[in-house]
Amino acid sequence: MTEVNLRKSPAKFSIPKISSNVWKVWRRNADVFTKTIGVNFLPSMLEPIIYLFAFGFGLGGFIPEVNGLPYINFIAPALVAISVMNGAFFECTYGSFVRMYYQKTFDALVATPISIDEVVAGEILWGATRGAINSTIVLTVIGISGLLTANPIITTPLFILMPIIAFFSGLMLSSIAMCFTAISPNIDFFNYPIFLFITPMLFLSGTFFPMNTLPNPAQGLALTTLPLAQIVNLTRGALTGATETLLGLTTKTLIPISIIWITIITIIFFILSINLMKKRLIR
Amino acid sequence: MFVEWVIFSNESRDVLIKAVKLTKKYDDFVAVDGIDFEIYSGECVGFLGPNGAGKTTTVRMMYCFLPPTSGDLIIAGLSVHDRCREIKQVVGVAPQEDNLDLDFSVVKNLVVYARYFDISKEEALKRANEQLDFFQLQEKRDMPIEALSTGMKRRLIFARALLHKPKVLLLDEPTTGLDPQARHLVWDAVRQLKKLHVTIILTTHYMDEAEILCDRIIIVDHGKIIEDGPPKELIKKHIGENVLELDYDSTLLPMLKQTFSDARIEVIGERMQVFTSKPYSVFDGFLHEHKIQNVTLRKANLEDVFLKLTGRALRTND
Ligand SMILES: Nc1ncnc2c1ncn2[C@@H]1O[C@H](COP(=O)(O)OP(=O)(O)OP(=O)(O)O)[C@@H](O)[C@H]1O
Ligand SMILES: [Mg+2]
Repeated sequence: MTEVNLRKSPAKFSIPKISSNVWKVWRRNADVFTKTIGVNFLPSMLEPIIYLFAFGFGLGGFIPEVNGLPYINFIAPALVAISVMNGAFFECTYGSFVRMYYQKTFDALVATPISIDEVVAGEILWGATRGAINSTIVLTVIGISGLLTANPIITTPLFILMPIIAFFSGLMLSSIAMCFTAISPNIDFFNYPIFLFITPMLFLSGTFFPMNTLPNPAQGLALTTLPLAQIVNLTRGALTGATETLLGLTTKTLIPISIIWITIITIIFFILSINLMKKRLIR
Repeated sequence: MFVEWVIFSNESRDVLIKAVKLTKKYDDFVAVDGIDFEIYSGECVGFLGPNGAGKTTTVRMMYCFLPPTSGDLIIAGLSVHDRCREIKQVVGVAPQEDNLDLDFSVVKNLVVYARYFDISKEEALKRANEQLDFFQLQEKRDMPIEALSTGMKRRLIFARALLHKPKVLLLDEPTTGLDPQARHLVWDAVRQLKKLHVTIILTTHYMDEAEILCDRIIIVDHGKIIEDGPPKELIKKHIGENVLELDYDSTLLPMLKQTFSDARIEVIGERMQVFTSKPYSVFDGFLHEHKIQNVTLRKANLEDVFLKLTGRALRTND
């Protein structure tokens, strides 16, 4: 018999302890995804097609060029970035909340050798994967549209890095989303981050109009605070070979800045989300 | 379902689970109040107690779902404070609330759950099939969980708890909502598992079930253990052999008290109960003499003990 100890369980901030068990959580979600692939696939394919038509071809007819590119070529990388954001963010807000709160999936998981840290980490990894899957679908749509219109939007071979960029960008967005999930009293709560965070970001991150048309302070603010702005820099770099020029900074400087920015924010929110989630779930 | 089960050694009566001053508070509310108990390897122990007594809370601490607020709980030599992963490897849980995976079919629920324990796919399928056969769910194997009745869900939850062949099995109200046939099925499973020396902790509100299945009963109330012992001994100690139940009659009461001078007599609403170990002949004589109708004479049971110790008042959330 081991020695009996009467100390209290510590409930303090901690660095997550994670093993390969996270992949079991990931596998569970992947299994559900493949089972319902029909329902999942169509919307994520339709959305970019509609955007491409409405903005690229429709609105694009009135806008000759943006930063030296046809309008459709300007927004296409942003559509990829948005699909990553939506895939990851919605998966780890609504998706995770339903599994945690309504379906009690987390309760069942933590009765097995999987720990709560690993459940949350697995959910985040899955959210990132959803981001990567979505981006691949959008990229394919853009590629096909480029071939059909004899305007190859994707102009560098760097596009093959897209799934990796999407996965790590998705990791950042899922980690942020998971923090909201950890503090949400109910599912309607997600209206706040969506209207106050996701929707503004959707338009202010150099997506549908160039960020360098904003006044300098606004550019600086957007570049230092908006996760989507970083993702757009990376997707634009990977698909068209260059980012916008912002505050006098060019592709060479902006790409490393965005990579470092994403890395730091991901680490912070990943650790924070697991701690917040533990605080919520362990009574 | 129990082919190739590891038969856990029962040679030494080792203490497998030990609670020391185990306490759980939800904010300021004390749900489990410094309890101590020991459970031996291969024992089947029933936790009984009114609603809100703290049974589920105690069970949840045993599989690390809840960390104790203070005190210690040791399972197979491992403390729940720091060895949860290993503990959960040897503990099987059928929780009180239904947490089957709504995104999967019946059989997939079992196969995916087995994967959480690193059981290979073929082995998982084999075990899942054994369980579905035993719990008579084979017909429903490809159904979604929503298509199961409450009783079927409870059986599936039980089946799921056995997939990794646990050494300790926690059954929190395994028979609530089951029809008599299904209850007998669950009892049969518990008996077979006892033969394999699986250590079983069971909570239930059915006293007959606890009496039949459990080697020992722990009665809890307001987060404290108020009694602990084998069912037969508890009945003998608190009630005696027999119980006579008859309609309330104010003239009869003094005569009852006279004839059964050493007995406890209780008036509950319109009925009177006499708890005593006096031989049957005494009852016979009394009933004959007073021409009493609408009477039952029965063996004392665990429910009598339970009601005596925990009172008859309904529990609200206090
Ligand atoms: N998550 C929680 N937060 C606050 N209080 C809780 C929580 N879970 C349980 N309690 C309280 O702790 C007490 C013990 O609850 P518990 O579920 O352990 O009872 P129980 O003996 O299993 O009851 P039942 O027979 O109804 O299942 C109850 O008063 C309950 O209200
Ligand atoms: Mg309970």
